[in-house]
Formats: sequence, C-alpha cells, structure tokens
Amino acid sequence: MSKGFPLLSGVDLVIDRATLTIVTGANGAGKTSLLRLLGGLDALTSGEGRVAGIDLLDGDRRLLRRRVGWLGHEGSFYADLSARENLEFAARALERPVGEVAAALERVGLAHRASTTTKRLSAGQRRRLGIAWLLVRRPELWLLDEPYASLDDAGRVFFDGLLADVLAGGATVVLSAHDALRSSDLESCEVRMVGGRVSAP
Amino acid sequence: MIRIAWLVATKDLRIEARSRVLLWQVLPFGVIALLLSGLALGPTRAGTSTLGPGLFYLVTLFVALLMINRSQALENASGTRASVATLGLDPAGVFLGKALALTIELWVTGVVLLAGSVLVLHTDLLHSLQALPSILVTLAALSAAGTLYGALTQGGDGPATLLPVLTLPAFAPLLIAGERSFSAALQGGALWQWWVIVVVAFAAYTAVGVLLYGVLEES
Repeated sequence: MSKGFPLLSGVDLVIDRATLTIVTGANGAGKTSLLRLLGGLDALTSGEGRVAGIDLLDGDRRLLRRRVGWLGHEGSFYADLSARENLEFAARALERPVGEVAAALERVGLAHRASTTTKRLSAGQRRRLGIAWLLVRRPELWLLDEPYASLDDAGRVFFDGLLADVLAGGATVVLSAHDALRSSDLESCEVRMVGGRVSAP
Repeated sequence: MIRIAWLVATKDLRIEARSRVLLWQVLPFGVIALLLSGLALGPTRAGTSTLGPGLFYLVTLFVALLMINRSQALENASGTRASVATLGLDPAGVFLGKALALTIELWVTGVVLLAGSVLVLHTDLLHSLQALPSILVTLAALSAAGTLYGALTQGGDGPATLLPVLTLPAFAPLLIAGERSFSAALQGGALWQWWVIVVVAFAAYTAVGVLLYGVLEES
C-alpha cells in the first residue's frame, strides 16, 4: 500500500524452486513492488503469501530478507567504500569467509577496480559489483530488478552464464524486465504485469 | 550484537575517514559558529567566559544535528537501504554501532570545540579540562538519543528536517545538564547531580535504542 492506494492487487502467483521467472511490464506496472514484496522489503498488508516457507503477512521478514539477494537498479552500496570494502562488509555481516570477496570480484571482472570507491565506478561496473555482492551472499532467492540495465553486450552474456550457474545450484531467480529476454537461452517463465495486477502468468 | 556493532561502527568511521565530511565541513562550521558567538558577545574576557558553557553546547547541538543526519543518510542512500536490509543485521547491533561511531565523531568535535572555547571565549583551560569527562559522557548520551531519533526521521518518508524539532525535547535535559556541569567545573560548584542526569539519560537512551531500533527500521 502507498498512501492508501494498493501497489499490487490480484496477484496470484506460484514460483517453483530453482526456476527463472521474468516479471515484465511497462513502467509503473508493479514489477519492483512485486520483487520487494517477495524479498520481505515491503510488507504485505492483506491477502496471503509465503516465500521460502515464511508467511509474508505475519512471518519474520528479517529472517526472509537474510535468505534473499536483492539487486536494485540504483546503486546498492556505501559510495565512499571501495568495491572490496563493500563486499567484505557483506561477508563479515553474514560470517562468510572474506577470502570469497576476491574470487567474486574476479568472476565479475572487477578485480582491477577492487580498491576503487564505489562512487567512482561506472553504472555498469556498479551493476557488476551488485552481482559480486550476490555471489558473496549466495542467497536462496535472487531478486533482480532490471539486471540487464547498464550492462554492455559482454556483460549480458556473462550475466546469462551466471544465471545458468545459479539455477543449476538450486537457487530461484525472479527478475524484472520491460520485455521478455530476447537473447537469453535460459528456460524461463514470464509473468506479465499491468497496473499492479498479473495479466498473464 | 557486539560483532555487528563493531562491524557497523568501523564501517561508519571508515566512511567518515574517507569522505572527510567531519574534517572539512562540520568542524569548520562549528569553529566559525563559536568564533561568531565570541565576536557577537565582544572581547570582554569575563563576560564571555561565563557564557562559554552555554555557547559551547549550543554550537555542539548544531554540529550534532548535522552529524546525526549524516550518519543516517549513509544508510538511506539510493538502493543501499534495500541491499543492506537483505543482510538481516541485528538491529540492536546496528544501533550500537552507529551510536558508537557517532560518539567518537562527536568526541573529536567536542575536543576541538572545547579548545575553541578556550581560545575564542576565554574559558579557563584547566577548568575546561576538568569538565572534559562530563562533556564526553554528555556527547555519548546525545549520540544514543540522536541515533534513535535519526532513524525515526530518516526511515521511510520521514523528512530529515523534522530531526531538530523531534530531538529537542530529548536533547534539552542533556544539554542543560551538560551546561550546568561545565559551568560547575568552571566555577568550582558541585558536579555530581548533573553527572547523574547525564549517565541515567545515556543508559536510558541506549536501552531504548537497543530494544526499539528494529521497530523503527521496519516502520
């Protein structure tokens, strides 16, 4: 709900584990709101829903959030910390080995910018850093808000490969996009949203 | 909780060291405000020294409000809030960490402003040093209260401009006790009753913060 106006209504959706779901729709259709709801970032005010066994209405959203990874289309980091420091913060918070940070930066092609403060990275590099953040976190549910934005062609190919690995590893991916993926060979299910409702599951 | 508190505090202090907002923006503002206060009151040594504690805490209040806003703004930068939320950090640890970092920043500010008050307002150096412990405890209490109220005004759609209005009732007893304690140190009066107020307030705001910070974050 936003100032009494429902952001989402009539959303009836089942997402299976280890699948890729693409939420499509025009600007303002409710894609981001749906992803935030699934991640426990926004509260469900009426209706019912469960994600990873946790009730969205009265379950422990903090517990749910620990199990999801979020990649927003804005920056996702402390701007005055370097790429490495941001990832180390996440690793330490989750009691993951800090040694995984270097491997994650290497994998997304940012090893050479590890010491650069995040605010000095380009939009595409920040997007790659966001992916590295998720690699360090290894969440069960990946929620990716327009992940292909700001990525060049090489980045898109890399990202498709990464998603394939993530899905093979048993994680579930829900991503938003304006349109269905054009280039990807990944098997996916499309959910089309219009005006806060699912129009075509 | 302690592990998260340390993690958050070191992160905030590292950001501060990197951005140098305290060094190049907040401290100069505080020193200039102190200098202008001294100039407004005139150069008469006796006249300004009796007003020193009040002016010191007035400028400290301005600086503290800036630092509290800055501390909370770090967490509310575009996209950061959602990403950090998915780390599921213990809110009590986040509160303690942010309050600790803010305390250290305000301690640095307090020492600089105290030196400034000796130079500009001509407060007695030795007596000012005697007041230093009470100033440090008062600033720690301001940090605890400020971190709590900062989360209240920065979270969700709360406008940050509400911070001065909301914090004033919480800060007023601390500022009065701090000023009285500082004055007592300068004039040789009894300090302990003011210490009690500040220490109790510090403990109360810390306890409330540990218990309620998560609720404020969620709201």
